[in-house]
Amino acid sequence: MPKWFMPAAATCGLMFAASPFLIANAPYESTMGLVQKIFYYHMPSAGMFLIAAVVCGVASVRYLFGGDPRQDRLAWAAAELTVLFGALALVTGPLWARKAWGVWWQWDVRLTSSLMGWMVAVAYLLLRRYGGPGSDKLAAGLALFGMANVPFIYISVNYWRTIHPTTTVVPTLPVSMGVPFWFCFAAFLLLFVLLLRLRVRLEEQRARVDALYLSLDQ
Amino acid sequence: MDRTIVATMTALLLTGAFVATGSAQQPQQPEQQEQFLPIEELPPQDQLPAAPLLVTAYAFVALALFGYVLSVARRLAVVQRELERLESDVKGSRRT
Repeated sequence: MPKWFMPAAATCGLMFAASPFLIANAPYESTMGLVQKIFYYHMPSAGMFLIAAVVCGVASVRYLFGGDPRQDRLAWAAAELTVLFGALALVTGPLWARKAWGVWWQWDVRLTSSLMGWMVAVAYLLLRRYGGPGSDKLAAGLALFGMANVPFIYISVNYWRTIHPTTTVVPTLPVSMGVPFWFCFAAFLLLFVLLLRLRVRLEEQRARVDALYLSLDQ
Repeated sequence: MDRTIVATMTALLLTGAFVATGSAQQPQQPEQQEQFLPIEELPPQDQLPAAPLLVTAYAFVALALFGYVLSVARRLAVVQRELERLESDVKGSRRT
């Protein structure tokens, strides 16, 4: 592993340990009260979900047109993180919505498009796992659709009628809410980078194992 | 482990669809918010119903992240062991 990995992992652990104190000290939101505090982990999870989908898409494009196996490994790792962070966002969101909106789920455009994006990432992993030979190229093509969905997810709340808060919420956060939010966002971003590196390392080791099996066969 | 992940994802998907079907019959919706405004004190009636949801959300995030890190670490350990075994096999085959 690179030299920066362990110090970064320690920093990330400390940030996650400190985040509950910052979140507990943040003020209550005027209409939603206590349950709005889910926001401090929900929104960074959703952000990492979208970033992971973009990383997966870009790496897939580079793999499709360049054929570099390192890009394929990066795409596979990012797809797994898309599923992980997407699941966090799709579970914490309904828990928040149950209190704030009175329902667990709404088939509005933000929630539905997020679910679609998550399902594309799940399909990518299933294809890689059970698709057999050639599934790497097919999955790379699928990842392009996942990436194309990202801007649609982001702007959906501003263009369609939905009860999900708009994208103006984050830029207009008061300092007392903004500090814990950006702190949590930074912690999630660091965690994302660390997990991505760890997951790519796993694929690198698997590639070495495959190469050794080939050398033994020859 | 891969099968466990697939089963978990399928269960989450089915649960979401089931809950969404039930919730579609509730007609009243609050208006869409454009910004969050802080208040000093939380109304007492809001505290109890929200707490279990909040705790569940944070517990789920913590458990999911912890589980994923464990999963990757376990997979890495398995591959590492296999790699070491293969490397010793390759060295052995070169000697003979």
